[in-house]
Amino acid sequence: MPASTQKYGITLSITTFIIISIIKSAAIIGILLTAVAYSVWLERKVSAHIQNRWGPTRVGPFGLLQPMADGVKFIFKEDLTQPHVYKPLYIAAPIIAVVFAITSISVIPFGNWVNVGAIQIGHSPDFGSWGTYLQITDLNIGLLVVLGITSMGVYGVALAGWSSNSKYALLGGLRASAQMISYEVSLGLSLVGVLIMAGSLSLRDIVDAQAGTFWHIIPRWNVFHGQTLAFFIYLISAYAETNRTPFDLPEAESELVAGYHTEYSAMKFAMFFMAEYANMVTVSCLATLLFLGGWHGPIFGPYILQVVLPVIWFCLKVFFFMFVYVWVRWTLPRFRYDQLMAFGWKVLLPFALANIVYTALVVAWRA
Amino acid sequence: MLLWVAENRELRTENLQMLALILFLFFGAICVAGAVNLLVQSHPINSALSLIVVMASLAAEYLLLGAEFVAAVQVIVYAGAIMVLFLITIMLLNAGKEERSKGSRVATLLGVPGVVIGGVLVAWTLIHRSDMGNVPIGALPGDPKAIARLLFHQFLLPFEVTSVLILIAIMGAVVLASRPEAIARPHPGVPVSEPERELAAAGKDHR
Repeated sequence: MPASTQKYGITLSITTFIIISIIKSAAIIGILLTAVAYSVWLERKVSAHIQNRWGPTRVGPFGLLQPMADGVKFIFKEDLTQPHVYKPLYIAAPIIAVVFAITSISVIPFGNWVNVGAIQIGHSPDFGSWGTYLQITDLNIGLLVVLGITSMGVYGVALAGWSSNSKYALLGGLRASAQMISYEVSLGLSLVGVLIMAGSLSLRDIVDAQAGTFWHIIPRWNVFHGQTLAFFIYLISAYAETNRTPFDLPEAESELVAGYHTEYSAMKFAMFFMAEYANMVTVSCLATLLFLGGWHGPIFGPYILQVVLPVIWFCLKVFFFMFVYVWVRWTLPRFRYDQLMAFGWKVLLPFALANIVYTALVVAWRA
Repeated sequence: MLLWVAENRELRTENLQMLALILFLFFGAICVAGAVNLLVQSHPINSALSLIVVMASLAAEYLLLGAEFVAAVQVIVYAGAIMVLFLITIMLLNAGKEERSKGSRVATLLGVPGVVIGGVLVAWTLIHRSDMGNVPIGALPGDPKAIARLLFHQFLLPFEVTSVLILIAIMGAVVLASRPEAIARPHPGVPVSEPERELAAAGKDHR
């Protein structure tokens, strides 16, 4: 008897399942890396317009091919390895950073169930009632998996700082680890309110719990449903977690040259760059799923449109967060280090705890 | 692959069991290799990194056994937070390579037989006490709800006592870390600067 998996009401053999998973993984990694490249373009373009400049305009229309040019440049730059570094970890650090940044996307759902058999374009083969979720894998602890993988990402930064054997890099690495641990606490606590409301750790269940509207106008997203405070705590902590302005102390160029990646060049430097932007994308996806209702939005039209629209809503929400990231970076100045720590522990943490108590009381009252 | 096996753990088929067993042995081997490497390495950073490998592969074992929540917490708390603190400490102290010593005779005379006896005892118990129950891979109830029920019903007292213990440890650390007299006179003969005096005064007020 062939091993088969009876799930979602259909039967799939293990081989089919693995093939589907590989296709989905390849597609999502491709999309993620493209998104990373174009967030760099977005950052340059938006920052330019904020400063009344044009930004990249020469390579392709609106400078749209600039990310490709940048990538080629990074590959062909000379890869310098200073003689004073601790080589094994110096090489491993950017790999660790980028691997964890990309892996964390694996449990993020981009859209709802897609019934491939129901989509008929021209003379496509008949798939019957076969379909798939727009997600690599759905775990009942999906949220914890994302948190776990991102919490491992700090090693890339810390080890880069240490193995470079340079004081600026070391200071940057130390700052990054202290900052990421501090803000991870309030980040994790700000999510507890959402978990209490959804009653599940699966990202799909959390999104499904936000379906529907209040009075047919306001969507029933968590940000409008009692978790507004948690949303802002999450957003602020997420900026600190991804080392973005106003929390970019690990690479504060006015004090530390470039912080933890001072001694890196060429593709190794580009890997840190990719890790930072991939983390931004993941954090934005998570914010969308947890507070802005994921792929929920107005859906109409034929089946093909009903499949595509949720993905479009999801992407628009993620794009919104990416835009805010850039907007904040070019608006706010950097914190001082003691301000950063005091803000994390004395402001964000108490508010996050208060939000948990308040949410738990309201949910218990209604139950 | 690992996530997929964990996701499909309710589907008990022979092939899946086989796959899970292979993965279990694979991560077990990594875990042991990491532990040995932790002892063999002479640089503290390498030892700390091996410990991270041990903890991450333990998390993978928990995941395969069906305790997803414990696995995730293992990664978030131990591999992600506590080991980062270890690394920070090593980086801050700038600990260098340790020198290899010949080892003490007492350790060789008592330690090696002790390890052998302990290993034999554990193996003997596992082989001869088959009535302890056989749990197939992935069959333990490890979802967050089951763990919460255990923690807040059956083991509420130990749970709360542990949190008090941790609180005491935190208070001890704060007391040890904020000794005002240490700030007031860092080096005998060196005059104390004004900010340091203020810091010392602030420390006294806090107590």
